[in-house]
Amino acid sequence: MGIDRRSFLKVLGVAGITVTVGKSLASTHNEKDIEFFGMLYDSWRCGGCQSCEIACAEAHGLPKPKDEPKVGLVRKTDETRRVVVNSYSTSKGEVFIRKQCMHCNQPACAAACLTQAMHKTKEGPVIWREEKCMGCRYCMISCPFDIPKFEYHSANPKIQKCDMCYDKIMKGGIPICAEICPADAIKFGTRRELISEARKRIHDNPNVYSEVIYGENEAGGTGFLYLTPTPISELGFNASIQKSSYPELSKGFLFSVPTVFVLLPPILLGIYEATKSNQTKEGGDNE
Amino acid sequence: MNEVIAHNVRDNDGKSIWKFLLSELKPKGKMLTPFNVISIPIMILGLVLIVIRFWKGLGSITNLTQDVPWGLWIGFDVVTGVAFAGGAYVLTFMVYILNMHKYHSIVRVTVLNGFLAYLFYAGALLLDLGRPWNVVNPIIGNNFGTSSVLFLVAWHFLLYMIAQLIEFSPAVAEWLGARRARKILSGMTIATVIFGITLSTLHQSGLGALYLMAKDKIHPLWYSDFIPILFFISSIFAGLSMVIFEGSITQKVFSWQISEKNEHAHDEILHGLSKVCAVAMFAYFFLQVIVFIHGKRWEYMGTPMGNWYLIEVVGFVLLPMLLFFASYRNRNLRLIKIAAIITIIGVIMNRLDVTVIGFRWNAETRYIPTWMEFVVTLAVMFTEIWIFRWVINRMPVLRDSPAWVIDGK
Repeated sequence: MGIDRRSFLKVLGVAGITVTVGKSLASTHNEKDIEFFGMLYDSWRCGGCQSCEIACAEAHGLPKPKDEPKVGLVRKTDETRRVVVNSYSTSKGEVFIRKQCMHCNQPACAAACLTQAMHKTKEGPVIWREEKCMGCRYCMISCPFDIPKFEYHSANPKIQKCDMCYDKIMKGGIPICAEICPADAIKFGTRRELISEARKRIHDNPNVYSEVIYGENEAGGTGFLYLTPTPISELGFNASIQKSSYPELSKGFLFSVPTVFVLLPPILLGIYEATKSNQTKEGGDNE
Repeated sequence: MNEVIAHNVRDNDGKSIWKFLLSELKPKGKMLTPFNVISIPIMILGLVLIVIRFWKGLGSITNLTQDVPWGLWIGFDVVTGVAFAGGAYVLTFMVYILNMHKYHSIVRVTVLNGFLAYLFYAGALLLDLGRPWNVVNPIIGNNFGTSSVLFLVAWHFLLYMIAQLIEFSPAVAEWLGARRARKILSGMTIATVIFGITLSTLHQSGLGALYLMAKDKIHPLWYSDFIPILFFISSIFAGLSMVIFEGSITQKVFSWQISEKNEHAHDEILHGLSKVCAVAMFAYFFLQVIVFIHGKRWEYMGTPMGNWYLIEVVGFVLLPMLLFFASYRNRNLRLIKIAAIITIIGVIMNRLDVTVIGFRWNAETRYIPTWMEFVVTLAVMFTEIWIFRWVINRMPVLRDSPAWVIDGK
C-alpha cells in the first residue's frame, strides 16, 4: 500500500471538509440568487374600489365584503377577510389605505411558531401551513401588525392571513390583487426592484408623496411596501413599530438557554458535593 | 382510617398486584363532604363545557378576541399555575442540593403538588389549542420551531414532568411494596433534581420571555427586557408561598397521617421558608425599582393603570415582604400565613397584568372571560385536588415511609 494511516486520515479530513463546507458555501450562494418577492402599494393611486378585496375573497373561498371604506370607520382584517381598504381624512384630503400581512423579512409570527407552521418562504411570502399548526395562537400574540386571525367558531380552526397568493406565484403568476387592481396601485416584484421604483416615484413627484417608504426599515424591513401622500401615522398605523426586527427581542433570552444548560448543572453538582459531608455527620436520610 | 393504614403495609408477599390496585382504586372515606358536594357538580359542568368547546370551537364558550388570543386559560391556568408550582424546584434545591434536612418532611408533598400542577395546568393548554391533534408536532417529526420560546417551554414542560415523576417515584414504589424498584428510583434522585432545577430556571423565565415580542401590546408598566428575570425570581416566592399556604391546609385536613415529630417540625419549616420568601421578594422588589427608574415609568403614575401598578408592587409585594421580615423577629406563624396569602394574590395579579389585564389594555373591545371559562378553570383545579387526595390517602407522602424502607437502610 502506498498510503499510510496518517496520510489516509489527512486525505479523508480534507475531503470531508471540502464536501461539507463546499456544499454549505454553494447552498448559501444559491439562496442569495433568489430575491424576496414583495408588493408595492401606492396609496395615492388607490381609489378605494375594493376590487382587491373582492378578488381576494373569491380566490380564497371567503365571503364577499359587505361594507365599504368610509372616513371614520376602521375596518379590520379578520377570519373572513385577509385584506381591507380604509379611508382616512388627512391633511392632503381623503386617502385610501390597504391593510394586510406585511410579509416581514424576519417575521415575528414565524419566529414564534413552535411547529414552523408559520413560515417565511425563500421566495418572500410568509405562509401558514395547516398540517403543522397546533392552533396555539402564539403568532397572534407576537405579530406587531396584528395580522394572523383565528377561526374561533370552528372545530377545525384555521389561521387566516394574506399569503401573497403563494401557490399562484410558484406557478409563475402574480398575486390576484396586483393582477386585478384597476388603478395600478399594486405592483408585484422583487423587493429590490420595488424599492427603487418607489424611490423613483418619490423623486419624480416630490409634492405628492411623503418621503418615507413604509416597510423599507420597519420591523427589520417588510415585503409589503407603502407609498403614501401623508405620514403613515395619519393613516391609522401603529407609530411605535420598531425599526429592528421583532424576533430580535427574544434573541437574548434564547441565546442564554444553552449557557444556562451547560453551566447550571455542574454548579449544582458542585454545591451538592460540597454540602454532602454534613449529611454523613448528621446521618441524615438521603433518597 | 385504620383500614387505610392496613393497606399501606402491603408487601410483595401479599395479594396479587392487580387485586391490590383494584382495591386501591375504590374511593375511601365519606362521600358527602362539603368539598365533594361543591366540586362534583362543577367538575361535571366543566366536562360538559369542554365537550361543547371541542365540538363548536373555542369561541363557543370563551370570549377570546382577535386582539387578545390568550385569555384566562393561558394567563391563569398555565402562566400563574406554573409559577405556583415553582415550590418543587426550590425545595428540591434546598433539600437535595444544599442538604437542608430540616425541610425533608415536606419535599414529597411539594413535588407531588408540583407534578400535578404541571400535569393539569399545562394540560389545560390542550383545551386552549385550536388544533390539539397536532400537539405532537414540536415533539416528533421535522417541525422543530427552534427559534420559538414556546418550543422551549413546551419541551421543558414535558421533560420537567418526567423529572418530577422520577423524583416522586420512590413513594409509588413504597406504596406498591416494590423494594428493588425503589432502590433504583431513589438512586436517580440527585441527577433528576439537578436536571429539574435547570429546566425550571429556564421555563419559569421562559414563560415571561414568551411575551418579549409583544412589546407594543403590553402596557409599558409591565413590559421590560427583564420580564424573564422577574418571572424567575417571583416564581421562587410564589412557589414557597403556595407551599406555606397548602401546607397549612394539608396539616389540618390530613393531620392523622402526619407523625408528631413532623408536625412539630412544621413550624420551624414555615419560619425557614418565610425567610427565603422575604429575601427573594427583596431581590424582586429591588429589580422592580430599577426597572421602574430605567423605564422612566413615573410618567404613567396617576393614570388608572399606574395606580393599579402601585397597588400591585406596594400592596402585594412590598407589604408581604415586610410581613415576612417581621415574622422573623417575633416568630409569629399567623403573620407568615397572612403574608403568604397576600403574596399569592400579588403573584396572580402580576401574571394576569402581563397576560390579560395589561395585554392590549388599549384595545377597543376588552377581553373579559366568560363564566364558562371560570367554570372550566375551577373544574381543572378540583380534578387536581381529587387526584392529590387520592394519592395522599394511599401513598406515603405525608406519613412516614413503611418500616421496610427505614429498616432496609
